[in-house]
Amino acid sequence: MCGIAGLIHRRKTGDVGTEMTNMLKSLKHRGPDSTGFALYGQPKGNELVLRFKVAEQDEMSKGFDIHQQVKDRRAEVDKRLKELGAKLVKVEEATQYAFRYRIDFGGDRRKLADYIEDVEGAEILSLGLGLELIKDLGDAARVSDQYHLNGFIGTHAIGHTRMATESDVDIRSAHPYWAYPFADVSVVHNGQLTNYWKGRRALEHRGHRFMSNCDSELIAVYLADKMQQGAKLEDAMKDSISELDGVFTYIVATADSLGMAKDVMAAKPMVLYESDDFIALASEEVAIRSVFPHEIDTWDPYEGEVRVWKSEARA
Amino acid sequence: MAQRSMQMGMHTEKLSGKTQQRFFSPTEEENFLYPDGYDVDFNKRAEFDAGPLSAKEINLKLRELMSQGNGTIVMHNPGAKHGVAVGLLQRLNLHIKGSLGYFGCGLIDGPNISISGRVGWSCAENMLSGRVVIEKNAGSTFGAAIRGGDLVCKGDVGARVGIDQKGGTILIGGRAGAFCGFMMQRGRMIILGDAGKNLGDSMYDGTIYVGGKIAGLGVDAVEGEMTDLEVQFLERKLKLYGLEAPNGVKNLTKIVAGKQLWNYDNLEPTEKKIVL
Repeated sequence: MCGIAGLIHRRKTGDVGTEMTNMLKSLKHRGPDSTGFALYGQPKGNELVLRFKVAEQDEMSKGFDIHQQVKDRRAEVDKRLKELGAKLVKVEEATQYAFRYRIDFGGDRRKLADYIEDVEGAEILSLGLGLELIKDLGDAARVSDQYHLNGFIGTHAIGHTRMATESDVDIRSAHPYWAYPFADVSVVHNGQLTNYWKGRRALEHRGHRFMSNCDSELIAVYLADKMQQGAKLEDAMKDSISELDGVFTYIVATADSLGMAKDVMAAKPMVLYESDDFIALASEEVAIRSVFPHEIDTWDPYEGEVRVWKSEARA
Repeated sequence: MAQRSMQMGMHTEKLSGKTQQRFFSPTEEENFLYPDGYDVDFNKRAEFDAGPLSAKEINLKLRELMSQGNGTIVMHNPGAKHGVAVGLLQRLNLHIKGSLGYFGCGLIDGPNISISGRVGWSCAENMLSGRVVIEKNAGSTFGAAIRGGDLVCKGDVGARVGIDQKGGTILIGGRAGAFCGFMMQRGRMIILGDAGKNLGDSMYDGTIYVGGKIAGLGVDAVEGEMTDLEVQFLERKLKLYGLEAPNGVKNLTKIVAGKQLWNYDNLEPTEKKIVL
């Protein structure tokens, strides 16, 4: 079934970590398999935030050598970062297998991403000035606690609770997806895409990479491809309504914007709250109520609708 | 009576007498009594705060209050929870101050329910009788498979309204999304605003009236002709809920089933093989 949520503070920053955690807790019944967050903090100059993992959660309990392998993989990532001229400003171990680095790097981000992901087991979850993508198995409370997301100050966020239907229950199949190699672009999706393999083949021929067999990843790669060709986000989203086939409602976030799109049959739900200061959207109103525990005016966007909102609070 | 209802366009099939009208009293008092129903007094009123309660607790609270004879109940702060006020099988005046989530007021038979906020998906699905009035807007699959009663949303509604409708009246004050009246079998749907595409797709019977623009008709949905009796019926119905057709009731577009897809006279494949 899956649940998706998004929020954006239009004029100021807020505790988007706690807010998104509460929204996703309210959507737990829509997806128990995994939970993911894409949180947008305030950039620090040109420093990039790199979130990556070198193993799946369930790998950590298999085999005698896995812990050493994880250490070796991480050491290889560090080595390659240094080779490319990236300076490690801050290093944090989010879990045994997932890490958060703040790096000073002015080179080719795509080359950096490709080189890091060439390390066995390594996957870059996100790379951006403000975007931090966190996803893992378990519910929102567990993942938020594990990665210390409460108190994360930022301007906007999207999140996802997953009920796996088209692919495995693992981190690489969890949402959100980073629209590699575009910094700060992430996507969450509720639904099923029926032209996933056809679309994937076409995009792979154009040089794009897929890290999972999850159909939702197609949306992130599709938007990245469109933007690479010069399209604006909103235009790319409008094209997706006719070019993606299946049932879908998705939310996409960029460095300073939040957007949502609904398929032509409005088969998957979305409820929207909009005010001058704050936008919140989610699969169910109960998620929005976790941020606003009082009566508010909400509504459902219509079929084929695309909306984009911008935050003016970006530094 | 059957002839008059046919003249009003409420149905087209020839009633053979094997209907509910044979078995229940015309004043319908007996229709709303279940063996384990509560004896309530509409002049006895109770209020409660649903904010701290789960959906299950809310529904149990309603039954508790009904068992105490309260025929008028006011529920505050439902908090957009799902599955609230379901399975109410008797006369009751229920006022909900706030919004509901999914499947609110489902499987009801008899109560009058007013909702001051909005509702999520599938409100009043499978309603048998009674009245539900929503002041704001509603999500998709509003009134799915209702069999009787009046279901009213004064604002906009989502897609697939009245999917598989089997009777009753769905009344929408605003616009409606795509695939409304999909596989409709009976009853009336009145959309005072615009209707999305694929309106009345694959409808077997029943009637849809639209006050605004129709983005597109569904398979086997065709325009029909309004009758004077229909106009009178619709005017009375709209007045009951304080609604008005934007250009007058006479200018509502009437949509009915073309019945080109009916195949009830066709033999099943197995039957065909035996016959041939």
